[in-house]
Amino acid sequence: MAETILMRNFGRPQSHTLAAYREHGGYRAWDKARAMEAAALVDEVKKSNLRGLGGAGFPTGTKWSFIPKNHTGPVYLVVNADEGEPGTFKDRYLLERDPHALIEGMLIAARAIRSAVGFVYIRGEYVEPWRRFSAAVKEAYDAGYLGQGFDVVVHRGAGAYICGEETGLISSLEGKKGWPKLKPPFPAIKGAFGHPTIVNNVETLCCVPPIIERGAAWFAELGSKTQGGTRMYSVSGRVQRPGVYETPVSVTLRQLIYDHAGGVSATGRLKAVVPGGGSAAILTADEIDVTMDVDGLKAAGSMIGSAGVIVMDESASIPEALMVLARFYAHESCGQCTPCRESTGWIYKMLHRLLEGHGRKEDLDTILDVARRGAGTTICAFYDGAVGPYISYIEKFRSEFDALIRK
Amino acid sequence: MPKVTIDGKEIEVEAGTNLIEAARRLGIEIPHYCYHPGLSIAGQCRLCMVDIEKTPRPTIACNTQAADGMVVHTESDRVIETRKSMMEFHLVNHPLDCPVCDQAGECWLQIYYMKHGLYDPRMVDEKVHKPKAVPLGPNVILDAERCILCSRCVRFCDEITKTGELGIFNRGDHSELGLFPGAELHNKYAGNVVDICPVGALTDRDFRFQVRVWYLDTAKSICPGCARGCNIEIHVNRRRPHHAEGRRVARLKPRFNPDVNTWWMCDEGRYGFKFVDDPDRLTRPWRRDGDAVSELTWDEAVAATAQALGEAAPAGVGIIASPKMANEDLFAVRRLARRLGVTRVAFRVPPAAPGYEDDFLIRADKNPNTRGAELIGLDGDAAAVLADAGAGRLRCLLVFGHDLFDSAWPESQVANALRGAATVIFIGSNGNRTSALAHDVLPAATWAERDGTFTNFQGRVQRFRPAVEPLAGTLPEWDIIGRILGLLGDPPGATRPVHWFRDLAQEVPAFAGMTYQTIGDTGLMIAEQAVAATR
Repeated sequence: MAETILMRNFGRPQSHTLAAYREHGGYRAWDKARAMEAAALVDEVKKSNLRGLGGAGFPTGTKWSFIPKNHTGPVYLVVNADEGEPGTFKDRYLLERDPHALIEGMLIAARAIRSAVGFVYIRGEYVEPWRRFSAAVKEAYDAGYLGQGFDVVVHRGAGAYICGEETGLISSLEGKKGWPKLKPPFPAIKGAFGHPTIVNNVETLCCVPPIIERGAAWFAELGSKTQGGTRMYSVSGRVQRPGVYETPVSVTLRQLIYDHAGGVSATGRLKAVVPGGGSAAILTADEIDVTMDVDGLKAAGSMIGSAGVIVMDESASIPEALMVLARFYAHESCGQCTPCRESTGWIYKMLHRLLEGHGRKEDLDTILDVARRGAGTTICAFYDGAVGPYISYIEKFRSEFDALIRK
Repeated sequence: MPKVTIDGKEIEVEAGTNLIEAARRLGIEIPHYCYHPGLSIAGQCRLCMVDIEKTPRPTIACNTQAADGMVVHTESDRVIETRKSMMEFHLVNHPLDCPVCDQAGECWLQIYYMKHGLYDPRMVDEKVHKPKAVPLGPNVILDAERCILCSRCVRFCDEITKTGELGIFNRGDHSELGLFPGAELHNKYAGNVVDICPVGALTDRDFRFQVRVWYLDTAKSICPGCARGCNIEIHVNRRRPHHAEGRRVARLKPRFNPDVNTWWMCDEGRYGFKFVDDPDRLTRPWRRDGDAVSELTWDEAVAATAQALGEAAPAGVGIIASPKMANEDLFAVRRLARRLGVTRVAFRVPPAAPGYEDDFLIRADKNPNTRGAELIGLDGDAAAVLADAGAGRLRCLLVFGHDLFDSAWPESQVANALRGAATVIFIGSNGNRTSALAHDVLPAATWAERDGTFTNFQGRVQRFRPAVEPLAGTLPEWDIIGRILGLLGDPPGATRPVHWFRDLAQEVPAFAGMTYQTIGDTGLMIAEQAVAATR
């Protein structure tokens, strides 16, 4: 099995402590980065082909370079630790088992974007990760890594999926209702508290110290042509060994399921896979020979998203799975813009009625039409994330839905 | 300045102008709900989508600034289809209770659906239920089911009044407009949320269920509530008087004037019109002799007044005009005083308590035309006129509108003055303690019933128009004074307010060159140089 980079420390005793982290080379990358110019750091990350691992897959170095060059006021680094995508639990592992890796990544990122304050927005339900990370922050202050030109503020969310959307997160951080903001302006120009802000995912920042320490070329080489490095795949559902697996991004979905997670459990017959968290379009059992990088899944008509892999065996009901997901979207839509607010609830009601046995023959086409009409019309990507499942579940498993209506 | 092309028409606009405003200038309306030019951009309703060439999909016009060379289409097939979709989404959970909704007839859901509806209702499931008929404050009531969550009212309370009473609570299709715990929508400008609510969610507790809006007639007017002179519309119900038990003035609405009040008005002004249809209106001239009151015809009343003034003039007459009167009336007062040689002319009665004032619209001076009265030259010493009357030095005291008891003057002093003059003549629209003690009372029309102009504190001369006929038995002040002047030997001349204004513009330098036409709908500033020259 290939070398693990992000999870390298997970198996060590007391891996969450500063002592353990330093014992195995922790903060060496930071020592190196301190001697580098900001522009050189941005350049190195650009060359590494690191892409955001929170969901959108945007090139990290490029994002950093969006901070206005001549800006003189505050610049903020915000860490998105509001891991809420259904089927995703990788950031939780990092926060609990290697919190100093994130702090080190933040230090380097902050130097690259000239930020003196970093906010870490941790999902409200993540109590243990918050405890572990807060303890690590205290250790880092005591050891002088923090507080010497860079401060970290830990902020807990209050239980809203939408606060994982970067501008929703910023609104929430600002003390407002977690409504995503209109773009433009983009956060890099006008973000938290009106200042240029870079929002990065936990795992993304955890990739930064190894990149600086071992070089962009090494990191880029690990991955595919357009995406460097490894990433952590959260595998759940009907597999023999659910869990988090780190592999290079060139791994295929088939390899993940069968080689890493031990194959399909329950009936043992694969029916469908959600490859990238709840908002990714579903793949059938025939579609799993795809590489699990940003572009591989895009080509397959789905998305890698947060790399949350949900495996369903033959016994799973696709309509039921979609209804559960639709309930999630109806519940989590922030309600700010009309198409999302109204149609997530409406589509859930139609699916619920369908499963209760009161489906009408026009319902499925109505769902598809409503989903398509709302797609691409909203402030943030939430609704487009719901549309992927609505359409793919019905189109790929239409007969299962039709069977419910005929009853 | 960027030049954009919208639906084939080119226009140059200031940098920063958004596409809704740029299109508006071309006479193209881009449908929208959440956008309001006086508020921050929310981009929530998603109705204002337009096609911009070289952009992959429709974009909201409210948050897109016109850029040089931008080519915009507001009626492409894709835009129209998107609009229909947005209208369908807006109505998914709307109760469609138009027959019992006060907003019907001026509801933007109705207006846009007529044009952009899918006309194929596909929503058959139970709608989300929310609170109905919730009083938010003394003047505004909420139906949360009708609310389309455009957040205009929330932004108004956050950004304009900065009082922050309202919020949108909960999430998804359970999102609900409401008050923050312990809050009440009771700020000085709360009524504006009803105006900017595009649907029937926020309605006016005073107006609702009075009359269907399609029975209303409107007149452009000026709020008489303070020296600001907010531009307003008076909405009146003349067609279905039985709907509101004879209440003619249904409501006041702010009218946009960028230099005076922008889109807004205060609640005190908004609800300050009740005196027009109040039972205390004076509707026939009368004379009081001791306890005996006898009705007079207008001819008798005017003749008696002319005679009393003529006999007492010049030394025995005192006139207390009112800064609530129009420029035309005040100019007539000036002509009357000059005709009689009367010098004891004043208008400034000190208020019982200092008026509320803020740094937005509301002025401490609760009179609409103090500046006009000053410019017309009636700014004598009112206290001295009162003292003269009290000392028996006046045979005839002419009071316009004021309740002299409702002032900073001691009650005994006012009572003394009203007793001291042999003849107290009151000319005004509503009865009060002063009119009750007057010997002759001549009932006047209110501002809503006549034409005229006020000069606001900035020196802006603004025109108001009649919304309803004067109540039977009442006349505008300029007309009453004109009739008196006729009996005193003035040649017939000014028989309409426009004539009085013409004469005013000729004789008072501040108004030089102004006409009703040039004043128009948004007013004209007085000639400052002319004013300075006369000082």
